[in-house]
Amino acid sequence: MAVTGRGAGTVSAGVSRREALVGAGAMGGLLLAGRSAQAQGAKSPEKPQEIKVGIATYLSGPASVFGVPGRQAAEMLFDEINAAGGIAGIKVRPIFVDEGPGVDHVVGEYRRLVQSEGVHLVFAAISSADCIACAPLADELKRPTLLWDCGTQRIFEDRRYDFAFRTQANATPEILSALLYLLKVKPDFKSLAVINQDYAWGRDSWDIFRTGMNALKPGVKVAAELFPRFGATDFSTEITRVLALRPDVVLTTSWGGDLDALIRQASDRKLFERATFVMPLAESSLQRVGKALPAGHIVGARGDHWFLHPTPQDPARLKKFSDGYRSRFGSYPIYPCFHMAQAVSAMKAGIEKAVAAKGGGWPTDAEMAAAFKGLEFPSPTSSVRIREDGQGLENQIIGTTLHADAYPFPVLTDMLVFPAESVTTPVGQKSADWLKTLTPDMVAKLPQTVAYKPA
Amino acid sequence: MNRTLELVLALAGAALIVALAYAVPWLRFVLTIALAKGLAVLGILLLLRAGQVSFGHALYLALAAYLVAFGAALVPEALLLLPAAALLAGTVGLAVGLFVVRYREIFFGMLNLALSMVFYSVLEKFYSLTHGTDGIRLPPVRFAGQALEGDAAQWAVLALALVLALAFGALVRVALASPLGEALAGIKTRETRLEFMGVSAKRVLLSAYVASAVMAGCGGAIIALTTRHVTPALAYWTTSGELVFIAILGGAGSVVGPFLGAAAYELTRVYAAALVANAWQLVLGLVLLGVIVFAPGGLWGLIRGATQRKTA
Repeated sequence: MAVTGRGAGTVSAGVSRREALVGAGAMGGLLLAGRSAQAQGAKSPEKPQEIKVGIATYLSGPASVFGVPGRQAAEMLFDEINAAGGIAGIKVRPIFVDEGPGVDHVVGEYRRLVQSEGVHLVFAAISSADCIACAPLADELKRPTLLWDCGTQRIFEDRRYDFAFRTQANATPEILSALLYLLKVKPDFKSLAVINQDYAWGRDSWDIFRTGMNALKPGVKVAAELFPRFGATDFSTEITRVLALRPDVVLTTSWGGDLDALIRQASDRKLFERATFVMPLAESSLQRVGKALPAGHIVGARGDHWFLHPTPQDPARLKKFSDGYRSRFGSYPIYPCFHMAQAVSAMKAGIEKAVAAKGGGWPTDAEMAAAFKGLEFPSPTSSVRIREDGQGLENQIIGTTLHADAYPFPVLTDMLVFPAESVTTPVGQKSADWLKTLTPDMVAKLPQTVAYKPA
Repeated sequence: MNRTLELVLALAGAALIVALAYAVPWLRFVLTIALAKGLAVLGILLLLRAGQVSFGHALYLALAAYLVAFGAALVPEALLLLPAAALLAGTVGLAVGLFVVRYREIFFGMLNLALSMVFYSVLEKFYSLTHGTDGIRLPPVRFAGQALEGDAAQWAVLALALVLALAFGALVRVALASPLGEALAGIKTRETRLEFMGVSAKRVLLSAYVASAVMAGCGGAIIALTTRHVTPALAYWTTSGELVFIAILGGAGSVVGPFLGAAAYELTRVYAAALVANAWQLVLGLVLLGVIVFAPGGLWGLIRGATQRKTA
């Protein structure tokens, strides 16, 4: 690595602009080669040698706590597909690009993936901003694109796309199910404080929670709305404030290093003993914080993602996925791994559907995109259906932490699996309006919780 | 000598950009971004002449980009949005400039940095207006009344960027050779002497500052028109740092430098990202270290050195 990097440095330093640009052009030509052979968009394109998939994920920056497990899951699953002979007899190859540098970079990389690498599908992205920028690009460049992990509900509520599909839920069901769970297990709470990261997700998720809470349980006192800086490492101010205000419930939709630090500091200062925490993304932090997070607090996983899911559709499938991931990467899979598994599963089911519809021939980009509409595909824990508006219908799991001897970190007990339809905004409606129409009897209709069972 | 070299390089560069953008379609986007950043760096070059480094010019980049994003909903015409964005950047540049030109060196740089971070926070905090870090998506924009789509729209923005780059490049070239340019150099060498000659250093620096804000504004507008998605990251200090970085990479000796630097920076970045997705920062860092160690005059310095050796 260092040797090639060093070489590149001295070469650049020693050539003129023209030579450098010509060199770059030649390099671009090389990358371009192979693209012209694929008659994309033609009536009946030839079967490709391999199916190339561009995957946008965070390889650098704070969100790499999600991006790197997502990439690892993709590597494992692509290997599995290839070991089983590929999709429709064709091998698959992932090409990863980094979301770390921001939207400008991702938009450029998306164009490169499509126009130079000639990828057949794109998985984009973890950041909501990147998804919002890439979905219109999918339609412009006419390349099927699966939104594999981003949270914002704006994408399919604001516009319709022919080439962009989401293989998971969005912020509305993810936050609403945490709220419903809270209302079920702790119905008589009177006040609540929120500590969210100060950026789009922190604000959006609080908006959803508050709108839902005002409809389902009006009159809850919001003791404090605290938005510490994104990437903050010290939460002493927020913890002191919440300790003084004594709310019954503390909501935080934070994630990554922010959430880890908040949990550790709140634990040290006994805040967990004074209030019930609701943490819709904490499943991804459990293995890092370990038993610093006490029992009895509410944890979500942005979907029905839990390696000890109480009622998986196919227990063997979930076990194979969790054990396979754990033996290769040394930790239990967290929700981005499951989201990646869903995107890979959707890709497999979608391509097979399109190939079958074509009687074994290779579909055009438009035919492949059309296959994803209404597609139902298996996930490690159950199955996901892509609605007519492109939004995926994914179940949600919420549970309460429990310290079990078998694991060095908290596990979930009293788990509740929310069927996707019951918590997802119906087609054609906006989340903000739909949440206002919810009625308190929704809580009474919830299914029973399932306790943790030692293996 | 310098003059013909610059002219030849500028025209050859422009032709090469068009040829590359034609031959490799995905590079069209990258090159447009490079030209836009080059424009902003051209403004920074003016300030560098006076020995002042601004760590906050992303402010004008973001200001213009957001004006285009909001304005596109009302007046979807690129040829109106661009001058409006430049005007806004210039006006704010004048207001800010009145304060910051009183300071020099680290204080000048830090004040600029602070103001751009204030704007970054505003973009993030006024969530209901700006959608915070998720950013704003631009609706389709017309060019001189023509509704262009896909490739045609990309070519139009690239052409616009190229024209602006050549025009501002020529303008800055003339300005640097004029008394104003000499006065800027005077601020760097010995400001008191300038004052003895009856030239107001503050006024000289202010005019350079406003001009640099306008150029950064044009760059920001081009970025918004190309990516069609603006986020507060445009105002973040790393974007300002990137601009200063490009200035060093390209070399401060000539108006060609910023564009050389921007093209080299963007191309290195995308090719490094394509080759090693998880270590592209390392490659970029090594290239920049290489330039700093082996070519302190930047890429421009290398080229001039090579041509002078040939003629000698």
